[in-house]
Amino acid sequence: MTRVQSMLRGREVSYEFDVSHPLLRRIVSRAPRRFLRAVDEVTFDVARGTTLSLVGESGCGKSSVARLAVGLYRPKSGEIRFDGQDLSAARAQPALRRRMNMIFQDPYASLNPRWRVRDIVAEPIRTFRLVPEGAALRARVDMLLAQVGLASRDGERYPHEFSGGQRQRISIARALSSEPAFLVCDEPTSALDVSVQAQVLNLMRDLQARLGLTYLFISHNLAVVRHMADRLGVMYLGRIVEIGAADIVLSAPRHPYTRLLLDAVPDLQGIGRARGPVGGEVPSPIAPPPGCAFHPRCPLANDRCRIEKPRLIHASGGASGGASGGASEGAGGVEVACHAVEEGRGGNR
Amino acid sequence: MARALDSDLLYSLFRSPVAIVSTIILLIQVLGAALAPWLAPHDPMDLASLSLLDSFRPPLGMADADWSNPLGTDNQGRDVLSAIMYGLRISLLVGVCAVGFAVAVGIGVGLLAGYAGGAIDAVLMRIADIQLTFPSILTALLVDGVIGAALPRTMHDRLQIIVIIFAIGISLWPSLARTVRGSTLVERNKDYVLAARVIGVPAWRIMATHVLPNVIGPVLVIGTLGLGLAIGAEATLSFLGVGLPPTQPSLGTLIRFGNDFLFSGQWWVTIFPGAALVLLVLAINLLGDWLRDALNPRLR
Amino acid sequence: MTLLRVQDLTVEIPTRRGVLRALDRISFDIGPGEIIGVVGESGAGKSLTGAAIIGLLAPPGRIAGGSVALGTDRLDTMPPERLRRIRGRRIGMIFQDPLTTLNPLYTVGRQLTETLQTHLGLSDTEARKRAVAWLAEVGIPAPAQRIEAYPHEFSGGMRQRVVIALALCAEPELVIADEPTTALDVSIQAQIIGLLKRLSRDRGTAVMLITHDMGVIAETADRVAVMYAGRIVEVGPVADVIGRPVHPYTDGLMASIPPLTHRMDRLRQIDGAMPRLDAIPSGCAFHPRCRFAMERCRRERPDLMPIGATSAACWLVQT
Repeated sequence: MTRVQSMLRGREVSYEFDVSHPLLRRIVSRAPRRFLRAVDEVTFDVARGTTLSLVGESGCGKSSVARLAVGLYRPKSGEIRFDGQDLSAARAQPALRRRMNMIFQDPYASLNPRWRVRDIVAEPIRTFRLVPEGAALRARVDMLLAQVGLASRDGERYPHEFSGGQRQRISIARALSSEPAFLVCDEPTSALDVSVQAQVLNLMRDLQARLGLTYLFISHNLAVVRHMADRLGVMYLGRIVEIGAADIVLSAPRHPYTRLLLDAVPDLQGIGRARGPVGGEVPSPIAPPPGCAFHPRCPLANDRCRIEKPRLIHASGGASGGASGGASEGAGGVEVACHAVEEGRGGNR
Repeated sequence: MARALDSDLLYSLFRSPVAIVSTIILLIQVLGAALAPWLAPHDPMDLASLSLLDSFRPPLGMADADWSNPLGTDNQGRDVLSAIMYGLRISLLVGVCAVGFAVAVGIGVGLLAGYAGGAIDAVLMRIADIQLTFPSILTALLVDGVIGAALPRTMHDRLQIIVIIFAIGISLWPSLARTVRGSTLVERNKDYVLAARVIGVPAWRIMATHVLPNVIGPVLVIGTLGLGLAIGAEATLSFLGVGLPPTQPSLGTLIRFGNDFLFSGQWWVTIFPGAALVLLVLAINLLGDWLRDALNPRLR
Repeated sequence: MTLLRVQDLTVEIPTRRGVLRALDRISFDIGPGEIIGVVGESGAGKSLTGAAIIGLLAPPGRIAGGSVALGTDRLDTMPPERLRRIRGRRIGMIFQDPLTTLNPLYTVGRQLTETLQTHLGLSDTEARKRAVAWLAEVGIPAPAQRIEAYPHEFSGGMRQRVVIALALCAEPELVIADEPTTALDVSIQAQIIGLLKRLSRDRGTAVMLITHDMGVIAETADRVAVMYAGRIVEVGPVADVIGRPVHPYTDGLMASIPPLTHRMDRLRQIDGAMPRLDAIPSGCAFHPRCRFAMERCRRERPDLMPIGATSAACWLVQT
């Protein structure tokens, strides 16, 4: 990470939701406050011009990380740096705040149903006063619409007149209108049909190549992530269990959970495949298992896993087991948080 | 969206006979009230034109009736029909202003409570809850009494109408605030609000330009039904004698005047204003019901 | 011998802008014990097909033509009372959202025993024993205790297992499953489709699996029907339809799915979008987006024509 510039950097970031009972009830029943640790000491780096993807199932905290990355949430502990500066400080300055934006999952809730498309796309431009009102603004909006494959007259219409895929394009146009360098994409294609998804993913990659964008791409769909990501982090119950170059993580997964995930994806090539019984569900994030959160479902769990929370350590890119110590991340290397891998018990599948 | 809504609304309006009839009745009454100075056959407030000889003329259909007083006259010779038209003016004016006031306060409080959450929400909603425990008439009486005692006698009559509007409005805002707060709670977690927050749009601007247009739908329904309540409340207050001064008689005042003559045979003096009031509130309520069903996305 | 035969089924929805044809002459068969996938994108009409078969079309939608036959019984013309008894007894339903299928006010056991007693006429004790056995069958741990639990006390995956038990406990001949795994996590999804497949094989229950997820179909179904704009464009054995698609839409659909094994430069995309019901093109509904479109495609709508083991509604078959 010394040579390549980091767009967004998180170090030991944690975030909690307060899920305590209401005040009166707590006083009466003398119950302590309860917290849901949505993000647990997460560390990541997004290099400029690349895509880091975070993948995981429900309750893994990826959506919370998305909101932390764009400043909607404040981390409880740890720090996030945007282009070298502390994120909260950066967001306080309009000139820096406009360099980041977000695309959301639900095409039906991410556009204000009472606003015209033209005004929706122009809002960031107006907020940051980038272009004066009138002809210049109209021209800019038209250009943005054209960039995502929509017509100028589409600006006069309302969101409900468009399909899901078109609405995501409008969302993308809106996100790009302040000329950001960094986009957080929270499951942008999960609500879309497969053929529409292909259009949107192609568009996003084209824009990245053309405008030099940096993406933090959140998804639960491993195939989509394979298509979009340069680097990939797998999350489970608020922790990153494996992170590294996407093709290495996807082709030679080390962590047992990553292997379980890859195995579970229903595959077009798996016609007539017999599924063995796979155990367990993701436990509730309010009371995660002690030690390694995955141990109840892990075939390699031992006593150490039940007590000690594993830290991310560098694992060599090869398929055989063994790991070297130290917390530094080599470019192209993979970090895994697993005692089995550290102890060389990982082995091949 | 607004345009689509309008044409869909009109379409369902014409499909519902109840809505059509209610609208017609309401239109007749509103027009009659608004154009009273020009349409009314007599001016009931013009003392010079009154003649005791005309007093207690019965309505059409009975003996001694006359076309110049189709609904009869009262004990001082005032034409009942004209009195009703002018009375409707007052009733509608008070009702609309009271609801307007309640809507303004209700939306403001509801938006603030729903968007800000936390302590602000708790405090505002407790105020609303406390207010809701008082029956609306009682609230209006209290407000009226307090302000009436505070104001000097001379200003009393002139300001009374404002005081009544204020008193009724106060009793109506909590339910509006509750509804707006509920809708605001739903909208503020939607992604389009988050999108505005990401780029740093200030909270007041988000509330006014993003949230408000989306929560105003139910306000229309509650406002319409609230209009019926406000008119009824004003009529009740006037009937009890604590509402508007006799110099500006509303329908409620008219009913009260005519009540004395009900059992002595001159029933028309109280019954016709009463019927006008009932028709008005009924038409408003039916229209409000239809509006609620028409705007309900799940029934469409 | 066919279990379910759907022939030229047409569903229309009257709206104030005119009558919309949501399903336009759908025809397919389901054999006993067969798992058939019905796949398509949003608006293709796959959920509507399931609803029409079982008589749960939401008004003002109505069946405007064709027939649905379960064995020798005509379902589309059956009086509602008889149809209601067939629902549950001979045809089971699994919907996407277990929270709406299960009544939150009754325990899971009560809902199971109620179904068992209504359709199989079992006694109280028999029904209860059977219910516990079913919970165990679908993989609910500690079934004898969990039978007293309410739906909200289960996790999403567990709830869907209960729904499967509910659908299968009356021992129907056919189960219609409408997006049964879409709301679930990937690892749970894998468990559920494994369960469904095993139960179907063990009991010889046919399954009509409605979904937009081709991967799920690939692993679970024997045959698959691909729907587009209210029509079936291709139907055939899963390996053929996925591996050697005939219809250009099916081909485009398969190519637009990102592969798990390697990163492509660009996903093949089908330009445009599925037409809305009030703007369905003449002739073949896919022709405006089809790179092989001929003059004939614009004029005449192709019916399903056999080519090998598959059938495709495309004039290319004849060339």
